[in-house]
Amino acid sequence: MESRLARAMIKVGTVVTLVFLYAPLIILALYAFNVNITRAWPPELWTMKWFGAAWRDPDLRPALAGSIQAAVGATLIALVLGSCAAFAVHRFRFFGRETISFALVLPIALPGIVTGIALSSAIDFGHTVFGLNFSVWTVIVGHATFCIVVVFNNVIARLRRTPTSLVEASMDLGADGWQTFRYVTVPAIRTALVAGGLLAFGLSFDEIVVTNFTAGPKLTLPIWVFNNIRLPRQQPVVNAVALVLMLLSIIPVYLAQRLAGGMEPTPAPRRAAATPLPVAALEEGGPG
Amino acid sequence: MAVTGTTARGRAARRVSAALFRRPGAKLALLLAPPLLWMILVYLSALSLLLVTSFWRLNELTSEIERVWGLRNFETLWRSSVYRTITLRTTGMAAAVTVTDLALAFPIAYYAARLATPRVRSALLLAVTLPLWSNYLIRVFSWRIITAGEGPLQSLLGAFGIHRSLAASNWAVWLTFCYLWLPFAILPVFAALERLPGSLLEASSDLGAKGWMTFRRVIVPLVLPGLVAASIFTFSLTLGDYITPTLVGKAFFIGNGIYNLVGLASNLPLAAAFAMVPVVIMAIYLTAARRLGAFEAL
Amino acid sequence: MGNVKTLIAVAGVMALLAAACGEEESTPPGGGGGATVIDSIGPTEGALSLIAWPGYTEKSWVKPFEQETGCEVTVKYGNTSDEMVNLMRQQGGSLYDGVSASGDATNRLIASGDVAAVDVEGLFPENANVMESLQSPPHNTVGGLHYGVPYMWGPNFLMYNTDEVTEAPTSWDVVFEPGSPYAGKVTAYDSPIYIADAAMHLMTHQPDLGITDPYELTQDQLDSAVELLKGQAGMISKYWAVYTDEIDGFESGDMVIGTAWPVNQQYVEKVPVSSVIPSEGVTGWADTWMMSSNAQHPNCMLKWMEYTLRSDVQEGVAEFYGATPSNTESCPKLAKALGDAAAIYHCGDEEFLASVFLWKTPLSDCGDDRGNVCLDYATWTNAWTEIRGAG
Repeated sequence: MESRLARAMIKVGTVVTLVFLYAPLIILALYAFNVNITRAWPPELWTMKWFGAAWRDPDLRPALAGSIQAAVGATLIALVLGSCAAFAVHRFRFFGRETISFALVLPIALPGIVTGIALSSAIDFGHTVFGLNFSVWTVIVGHATFCIVVVFNNVIARLRRTPTSLVEASMDLGADGWQTFRYVTVPAIRTALVAGGLLAFGLSFDEIVVTNFTAGPKLTLPIWVFNNIRLPRQQPVVNAVALVLMLLSIIPVYLAQRLAGGMEPTPAPRRAAATPLPVAALEEGGPG
Repeated sequence: MAVTGTTARGRAARRVSAALFRRPGAKLALLLAPPLLWMILVYLSALSLLLVTSFWRLNELTSEIERVWGLRNFETLWRSSVYRTITLRTTGMAAAVTVTDLALAFPIAYYAARLATPRVRSALLLAVTLPLWSNYLIRVFSWRIITAGEGPLQSLLGAFGIHRSLAASNWAVWLTFCYLWLPFAILPVFAALERLPGSLLEASSDLGAKGWMTFRRVIVPLVLPGLVAASIFTFSLTLGDYITPTLVGKAFFIGNGIYNLVGLASNLPLAAAFAMVPVVIMAIYLTAARRLGAFEAL
Repeated sequence: MGNVKTLIAVAGVMALLAAACGEEESTPPGGGGGATVIDSIGPTEGALSLIAWPGYTEKSWVKPFEQETGCEVTVKYGNTSDEMVNLMRQQGGSLYDGVSASGDATNRLIASGDVAAVDVEGLFPENANVMESLQSPPHNTVGGLHYGVPYMWGPNFLMYNTDEVTEAPTSWDVVFEPGSPYAGKVTAYDSPIYIADAAMHLMTHQPDLGITDPYELTQDQLDSAVELLKGQAGMISKYWAVYTDEIDGFESGDMVIGTAWPVNQQYVEKVPVSSVIPSEGVTGWADTWMMSSNAQHPNCMLKWMEYTLRSDVQEGVAEFYGATPSNTESCPKLAKALGDAAAIYHCGDEEFLASVFLWKTPLSDCGDDRGNVCLDYATWTNAWTEIRGAG
């Protein structure tokens, strides 16, 4: 259907884009094996010592732990609140229904720095009023706020695709609300929950801007990276960590793709490291 | 939990369930209250306070915020040409990044949506989303290395006879932004192209339209919501970012302006006022995007 | 648009509520001038949280301190004085115990009561060995009270790539005057305090402006400095705020000349660099370890202050960082360790120190018979945004 020229151009364009996407990552990977600490190009290869240095870095593991704590906390909160909101919006008609979705998307739609300074002033205010301190909880609260919409979008998209007749049939068969929820609804939305949860986790794990304003002295991985890329002797360590994380992240991305399945074009959240994963045919299903 | 209502707990559960079924309002309230309360208490109130602060002023002697209402901050933004320059520069950059990313996204999205086998399609989608999972800061930093003097970019340009370092220039910032947001552009365009019925394309060629005409008259109008949806990301992400211009560039963008007002001058009222600028721009953009159907294509 | 209108309505109501109940002005924490002077060290608390310039708290001297006192040190790096002031004020000053503040931060912290007065002479006998001019300098001694202990000091000298800049420069005009042969490869420090460098340049080249102190500028004088800096902006490849910016810049060849800290010169490896004190003079900094008025670990901080005054510690820092110790006992040790190379430190050189225009906070009080006509730091930051925002 497309002319041969068009096909050729499309193929070329595809390759160009893929090269554009991956060349910087490859360059990054090279620097993880750089013998010197200098950032000059080209890197002098080849050494593995930075991986050992990364392991021994006194701040890295607390930062990693901090990131995991924050991401788990934020994801759990987002799962609960996002699902609640999705059910409310899907099942009921009420005043301000559209406003809810709009309000939920605001933390992610507005520039991170706006959210950051708003939350930072709120924490200051909280400090003077009831002694609120920076801690992992302020980070979790900040992250959860923009993760809610990610879960919300996933769940509501799935709910829209789930026939309501299933719920009715369940009630007809004598199940009460809880049982219907447990045996009918949850299985239907389970993969949407997982996909949303993974997305939220990824968003939180990589977040830097809002985290800078809400973490105080608490270390997360992005904060550790931010601090260390400004220290000349730490930069190769950072590159080594980055490479390891990049390779490890293949697992959740692949998992998320397989799990999300189906054809709904799930709304793409806006923050770095987020992947609007289940955009269409991941499995051999194909469109339509 | 008991499957039937024979235990005391099970019976209580059924009673609650039945009550909720009869009172949908209560059920709605229970479902809606947690997320709504969260958003109001944690976020919307903080945001409103920020908005309100933009009307207050900073007492420069004591460095404290005085609750004296007025539009002086907005006057400062308007009168002082530097803020206008920064805003124009940022908006221009956002537009440039958007156009570039859409152009880069289209071929790969088209290939994945319409020309690739399912297995290749899966692989391409994986390949496109994988970079997003590497740390944002690191990716920006890799572009700092790439655009630095005597770096890979300069070598590449040298091959075309351009002997200039693009380090710390707006070109470098443009390239970096294009790189960072490209996956966000590809995915909505992919989704839109995927939904395009092939029959329309065939009909178009049956009617004698060549590739370009089909593209212009059939594909683009149908895919437009997806394109606009993609542009929302590239535009808004560029509008507020301050880390990339700091690491890779030299000129000030809106994000840098806001950050400096908070960090250097500790002038929260003026920072809040300046923060309203990208918010307003995005509000306008989102309204236009909604008209063009982008929200359905997200 | 219904949803937007609803949202605006809700936001408006909340805003009114917020304004009504509103935010308590967080008053600066206790202490303040003339209040309690800390004059004894109690039992240590086991932990210490510091804000420091990157490079001031390396393991080689922090570890022995931790072993000696049992105070485990965590450090938050501040890249500019402004950042440090903000960090120090967070959570009412209880988040960090101490800060290595430069003169343009110290007075702000003292004035707002964020740092505590310490009986330096009583608690730290080593203080007697500190250079005369650094024992009670105006940047950390106010109203006869000491607000910290002197640490390292150094100049913002002119660093240049000896391969590209073949003739050693003697004046700052290579970075300021339009038409410089290095236009496009110049760098400058990305902070409003850099305006003082321009003012210092004008002291020599436009003497009829009448600038006597580059930190005490009237409107005319500031306008001229801003003019100079706006002209410079086009020649600059990149401003450096984080010192790795300058190191990277020199190594990649994007920068060949500009103002630098000694530590930057230490780190540039790939290209040969040298530095010079130009004829117009240099600005510089003298850092003070100050303790928060609301420190959670005051005794550990006092122990740190005592430790960092020691001559061997300061000598070690000097070797690593390239800055000059304030403790004169460090000078012979430095000379022994570095031989001839120790000369550039000007260790113990009162005359040289007096010639350096140390960073201090611009205030509206000119500090001389002109009265209150000078411009304060807030005005400087606005001017700096004008300079940087233009391009």
